[in-house]
Amino acid sequence: MKGRFVRLAEQGRPTVKLTVDGSPIEALQGDTLMVALLTQGSALRQSEFDSGRRAGFCLMGACQDCWVWTRSGERLRACSNEVREGLDIVTTQPEAIWPLHG
Amino acid sequence: MATARLSAQRVVIVGAGPAGIRCAETLLAAGLKPILIDENRRDGGQIYRRQPEGFTRDYATLYGTEAAKAKNLHQSFDRLRGQIDYRPDTLVWNLTPGQLCCVSQGKHSTVDYDALILCTGATDRLMPIEGWQLAGTYSLGGAQIALKSQAVSIGHRVVFMGSGPLLYLVASQYVKAGANVAAVLDTSPLSKRIAAVPKLMARPGLLFTGMKLLAQLYRAKIPVHLGISPLQVQGDAASGVSGVRVRTARGETLTVDCDAVALGYHLRPETQLADLAGCRMRFDEASSQWWLAVDEEGRTSVNGVYAAGDGSKIRGADAAEHAGRLAAMALLEDLQQPVNAGLRDEQRHALAVMDEFRLGLAQAFPWPADQAKALPDSAIVCRCEMISAGELRRTVSEKGACEVNRAKAFSRVGMGRCQGRYCSQAGAEVIAAAAGVSVQQVGRQRGQAPVKPLSMLTEEVSP
Repeated sequence: MKGRFVRLAEQGRPTVKLTVDGSPIEALQGDTLMVALLTQGSALRQSEFDSGRRAGFCLMGACQDCWVWTRSGERLRACSNEVREGLDIVTTQPEAIWPLHG
Repeated sequence: MATARLSAQRVVIVGAGPAGIRCAETLLAAGLKPILIDENRRDGGQIYRRQPEGFTRDYATLYGTEAAKAKNLHQSFDRLRGQIDYRPDTLVWNLTPGQLCCVSQGKHSTVDYDALILCTGATDRLMPIEGWQLAGTYSLGGAQIALKSQAVSIGHRVVFMGSGPLLYLVASQYVKAGANVAAVLDTSPLSKRIAAVPKLMARPGLLFTGMKLLAQLYRAKIPVHLGISPLQVQGDAASGVSGVRVRTARGETLTVDCDAVALGYHLRPETQLADLAGCRMRFDEASSQWWLAVDEEGRTSVNGVYAAGDGSKIRGADAAEHAGRLAAMALLEDLQQPVNAGLRDEQRHALAVMDEFRLGLAQAFPWPADQAKALPDSAIVCRCEMISAGELRRTVSEKGACEVNRAKAFSRVGMGRCQGRYCSQAGAEVIAAAAGVSVQQVGRQRGQAPVKPLSMLTEEVSP
């Protein structure tokens, strides 16, 4: 799958460059991190409790299913944080050293 | 009730949706300067959520039939903004009598209050279905936010499933925006809707709008099935949703290919802060869920704590505006300040009509409690921590946990990241069915601080 989300309008915005898991991606100014990631991929993260991939659920900051991290370890809800130029995002929990699912 | 101790020094409103904005406006007009705390970056709440700066769609495109109301509310807020103490991007995560604990951009602070008005809104009400944890299943409200706030569709081919007016509203908004809608699958049968017409006639304009939405879907040749029973969201753990399987009203199995599902059964109130404040709750028979116990004007059972909007009683955005004004007037009255009796009666009258209408909605689009009973043991109830219906049922059959909080302690259903927002109501139904008692008897999940997860990196700042 190329991307999960499909852009329907508002595509004339300036682009913003950021890094996701070490790879550069381009998003549009005003995109949430969730939209930036899911217009180019099919999931945001790995579930800690099974082998499932997760792509968020509520988009209103209530379910906490869309956590991603900055390289420095700050946790962000992808649905309610906008992209910024140069942002360095990792989609795996930085402090997790135990096996996350079995 | 009103006491001499109640002071107008520090009035705090939590939530800048329709209820919170109208409340702030009414207080400001009476000469009070409230603090308005909101978790969102921009005002409007969920239904009148504003698109980010730099987006260009007009009000008609964004809000459709609700465009005039959205514009009016936003303009009211723009006028207020400089005159009140507005604190966006701020989560109230706990409270004690007279003090709120807040976090904004990773920094903790406290806010003292003499009077508190909770306008905390609602989230989607969910009933699990086998496979709903797969990537590509979103809450119905979430699907709407994707479109309204970000101009995206949640998938290349979207199924709308569940029940309630929002199902038709969002599906038709998707069609209008050019998204590919595969089907609208409603658990409510036509007969319920016909039976509810007398109550729905309390607001004929809204009833007509609903019928217009349905007509738009038929005109766009979107398959609409009423009275379905959801069976499964199909797909796999790696790539997510690939379809849905339901039983139609005629008993046939229907499979619809899709890569996204928008799922929801109307709304549930966000009552955690009121719960932490010690406000009494009451069970609403019509919608079969726990609401805040408030009087006609929004006073809770706790002196100095008021509530308005869907966070106390689910009656929709129009009612929230009226309830916000009324709660402000209740506070003014308790402060022995003059209120405009004509304006107050107007709000009360409008709310009485909306109460009647909401009873009609509850009858037309009932919460599908029986689905919880029929849920296979393998189906996931807690999507945060992947806990199945079978595991939850075993806490009832093996450990005798017939109360929601006890079953939560044993099973962890309600203890994950969402803190029960998306599983505890359905979990209560599963427990009630397994224990053979009414859902009211198994109780409700208690609110716990922090009401949303906080980062361990949260810093303390001096006030």
